[in-house]
Amino acid sequence: MLIGKTLAAGVLAGMMSLAMSSSALAVTLHMMNGGDPASLDPHQVSGDWENRIVGDYLEGLMTEDAQAEAIPGAAESYDVSDDGLVYTFHLREDAVWSDGEPVTADDFVFAFQRLMNPETAAGYAYLQYTILNAEAINSGEIEDLDELGVRAIDDYTLEITLENPAPFFLQALTHYTAYPVPRHVVEEHGSEWTRPENIVANGPYVPVEWLPGSHIHSVKNEQYYDAENVQIDEVMYYSLEDLAAAVNRYRAGEFDILNDFPADQYAALEQSNPGEARVSPFLGVHYYVFNHNSEKLEDVNVRKALSMAINREVIGPNIFGTGELPAYSWVPPGAANYPENAFSYDWADTPYEERVEEARTLLEEAGYGPNNPLQLEIRYNTNDNHQRLAVAIAAMWEPLGVQTELFNSEVAVHYDALQNNDYDSIGRAGWLMDYNDPINMLELLKSNIEYNYGRYNNPEFDALLEESATELDLEARAEILAEAERIAMEDYAALPLAFYVSRNVVSPRISGFEDNLSDIHRTRWLSKSED
Amino acid sequence: MLRYAFKRVLSALPIAFIAVTVCFFILRLAPGGPFDSDRPLPPAVLANVRAHYNLDETLFMQYVLYIQGVLRGDLGPSMAFYDFNVSQLLAIGLPFSLTLGFTAFVIATAVGILAGMVAAVYQNKWPDYALVIAVMIGLIIPNFLMGALLQLYFGVYLRWLPAGGWVNGSILHMVLPVTVLAWPHAARISRLMRGSMIEVLGTNYIRTARSKGLGARLILARHAIKPALVPVVSYLGPGLSYLLTGSIVVEQIFGLPGIGRYFISAALNRDYGLVLGTTLFYMLLILVLNLIVDLVYAWLDPKVRYQ
Repeated sequence: MLIGKTLAAGVLAGMMSLAMSSSALAVTLHMMNGGDPASLDPHQVSGDWENRIVGDYLEGLMTEDAQAEAIPGAAESYDVSDDGLVYTFHLREDAVWSDGEPVTADDFVFAFQRLMNPETAAGYAYLQYTILNAEAINSGEIEDLDELGVRAIDDYTLEITLENPAPFFLQALTHYTAYPVPRHVVEEHGSEWTRPENIVANGPYVPVEWLPGSHIHSVKNEQYYDAENVQIDEVMYYSLEDLAAAVNRYRAGEFDILNDFPADQYAALEQSNPGEARVSPFLGVHYYVFNHNSEKLEDVNVRKALSMAINREVIGPNIFGTGELPAYSWVPPGAANYPENAFSYDWADTPYEERVEEARTLLEEAGYGPNNPLQLEIRYNTNDNHQRLAVAIAAMWEPLGVQTELFNSEVAVHYDALQNNDYDSIGRAGWLMDYNDPINMLELLKSNIEYNYGRYNNPEFDALLEESATELDLEARAEILAEAERIAMEDYAALPLAFYVSRNVVSPRISGFEDNLSDIHRTRWLSKSED
Repeated sequence: MLRYAFKRVLSALPIAFIAVTVCFFILRLAPGGPFDSDRPLPPAVLANVRAHYNLDETLFMQYVLYIQGVLRGDLGPSMAFYDFNVSQLLAIGLPFSLTLGFTAFVIATAVGILAGMVAAVYQNKWPDYALVIAVMIGLIIPNFLMGALLQLYFGVYLRWLPAGGWVNGSILHMVLPVTVLAWPHAARISRLMRGSMIEVLGTNYIRTARSKGLGARLILARHAIKPALVPVVSYLGPGLSYLLTGSIVVEQIFGLPGIGRYFISAALNRDYGLVLGTTLFYMLLILVLNLIVDLVYAWLDPKVRYQ
């Protein structure tokens, strides 16, 4: 133990001195990373800003390439059983933590058990519920953690058994909930294992300094198996929530990458730094929830009229200002394991004026008119974009004789109301997909799910989702899911508005930054040229 | 003087207790909790989290547990930051807020007093008018705009100064944030100083000093400054506490690791522990600062001392 510690200290000191001695030549990436990380523990994080740091220092069995597609990471290769239920991963035998300890199958077993252990209270554990017994353990039904379908065959062979075949499982393994944690460090330091003085990495970078409110500083992990192909030596992840200030500092040359920018500065950025602001489709949808418990919205034709009367073509260019694509379906374009354009409303191409006419007729048939106007409330969380959208939509509904009241509240209050179904009729929401598979989107409308804010409940829809879970043939599964999407959309279960875009600003000195649907850009694929 | 100070400290304790109590219950009245977000937690996990933070206890019991913790010097866990507790967060951020606030305070006070004196001496001449303009700019332009403008001008266009960051408190990095913080205070102090200086310069004892042939500088230094400072000092206490608490916006714009931002972010996150800890800390700071000001005031003004 003592020897191990001394060794670890030596390795760390060597690494630090290396980082310092080479700092004159070191290539440092300065990244504006948004929010302040709540944690560096992969089982406690929840934001994309944390993912950027954690995903640079830990690497799961699978990891992302520059396009954010799943490629082998800590596992060199894998086999899948014929029934799609058992995955066998062969770990890299040369992989070590940054303190020199080997990365073994046991670290993964430990990590998955810790993730599902209710005592860890990991908010995102449900993302790995596809693993056998995961949900039962996480909800406390099974108390023996060894019942989890993750097992070490030997030091470098890991076997994972699933509840049901899941074509998205390999992709889900790139998520931080599936990262290994260093058992020897966690057991020694407890909740303080993520402090820079204790932390060890199996990914390309290792954090060496953490100043809450300012930055996290990581240096290249020379122990990483692919270290020779990692060009950037050091990464500074800055916490900065004032986006306008971030743009100023980018223009002053202090940042190389901004992971977001204010939409209203898009045009100005295009002028001052042409081509550097990047807007690209992102797997997510802005939508309005219909409260299905509200009598006013019981009639499907009322919901249809409200949906038809929204001119989605103006949302991206004129309301949000960054060209979000109009949403006439629930599943965003580009979703994997899914047909392109599986669904689109048949009225999507009808000229807008005709749609408004038809919507007005539908509302009249439902008994609403000048003498009995439909009165709705749009509830949204306080935000410039959400406000502009709500005002615009209220104006679009006005010609139908709908009287709309706007109600905004801060984000915690807003979601508290949505989750408790404690709102009048319409609520604003958005969903960014956790992994690239349509099931992640469609589950939002399943009857027994917390995220189903509108309490949409259609047994036929639920049955199709259940059926898809056991379907082995990918095409057949896609068809089942597409049918489910069609049913929900024709029920007007919710009101999709626009698909998310990712917003980045990338300095011309950075290469290897590829726009992708998940907006994940691991630093190991980037390089920076000094000029 | 010592007895006076002791009495003041004693009377501060019940105030602190009442404030923490009120703050504790008001926070819980606000709808929404620390774990409400667009990603709700599964019920089993939520139950565990709530138990971890004692949120499953009755409100009164939570209050008792919190006060017990505070008395032991433990401000409890933060609900938004897993890897640090409230005391650690405050300890990390405090040096930055204090450095920033005190630097701005010293500069604002020095500049404000000096400018006020100059304006009073050159009453209704050009230095006075120039000062009025500078004061107006400092008072009218809100700090978030001032910050962005300075950042844009000196950081982006001229590139003379870094547009943000802390970098071990290098002086260059502090220039812009300190300017933004200090300006409106220097402006207020200079107005106070100008007014009271003009008043003092019109009093009988100054006329006496003049008539016995003392030079203008000597009169200012020996007879005018001290009495003219009295209204300024009474402003400095609230002014300093405002500078130490008022750096929220500046910290946000320049990306500085102080504790001012916890006020807003913690309240929005319903991070009960962090809100209470920050409030408690600032309250004690303000009580102490007001006490110091009162003592200085007594030293400056014999009338207060002999009461």
